[in-house]
Amino acid sequence: MTKKILIIARSAPYGSSLAREGLDYVLTSAAYDQKICLLFLGDGLFQLLKEQQPKQINLKSQIGAMEILPLYDIEDLFVVEEDLLERNIKQETLGMEVKIIKRSEVSQLINTQEKVLSF
Amino acid sequence: MKFSLLILASPYSQQGGLSALKFAQTCLNQGHQIYRVFFYHEAVQTASFLQTPQQDESNLHQLWCELAEQHKIDLVTCIAAALKRGVLDKSEAKRYEKDGFNLQQPFELSGLGQLLDAQINSDQLITFA
Repeated sequence: MTKKILIIARSAPYGSSLAREGLDYVLTSAAYDQKICLLFLGDGLFQLLKEQQPKQINLKSQIGAMEILPLYDIEDLFVVEEDLLERNIKQETLGMEVKIIKRSEVSQLINTQEKVLSF
Repeated sequence: MKFSLLILASPYSQQGGLSALKFAQTCLNQGHQIYRVFFYHEAVQTASFLQTPQQDESNLHQLWCELAEQHKIDLVTCIAAALKRGVLDKSEAKRYEKDGFNLQQPFELSGLGQLLDAQINSDQLITFA
């Protein structure tokens, strides 16, 4: 049974393993033929930064692990314009193709999905 | 209504573990169904039967076992998250050549596919972080 599932990534990539374990769930769901889209919300945005050097803290790269998302047909990655501005993050510093929406459009995105889970 | 629970909270460091148990008890008392309880992230520690809190404190592992026995609830622990945190059943302990194990029925180890199955087949999946 294929469902439209939205995963909301709200955790920064390191400091807690939640971002990584959330991504594991994304990949599992995609492997079971679910239609996944991702919303990087708040500090979850830091997961997308191109220049991550986690080797220095003995961890695997979050953005590196996300490079396989297109192979799983996960191409809808959303970020919020206000989150970018508040953190002074420019779109060109992100390592993935994203769609930028306004904060006021987040509820609309959630409403288009059948299932929602946040990490 | 058919509920599933996703528990991420560590059993004793965070309130989420106990809140999840209370929620499950309330659901069942009100005639709702619990399709599955999935333990992920730090919550996998809940599955260890070696936890030994002081006698005047709640033993979350024990309380989940009692609830599962009364109501036949599915208690699934994410195998990848559990193994790296040292939560193993007998067969995993044997596979990785460890001297001991700390997970047994009614808890079981399985993959994230069980969480997806719970999300798809429940009316509501509630997260306790």
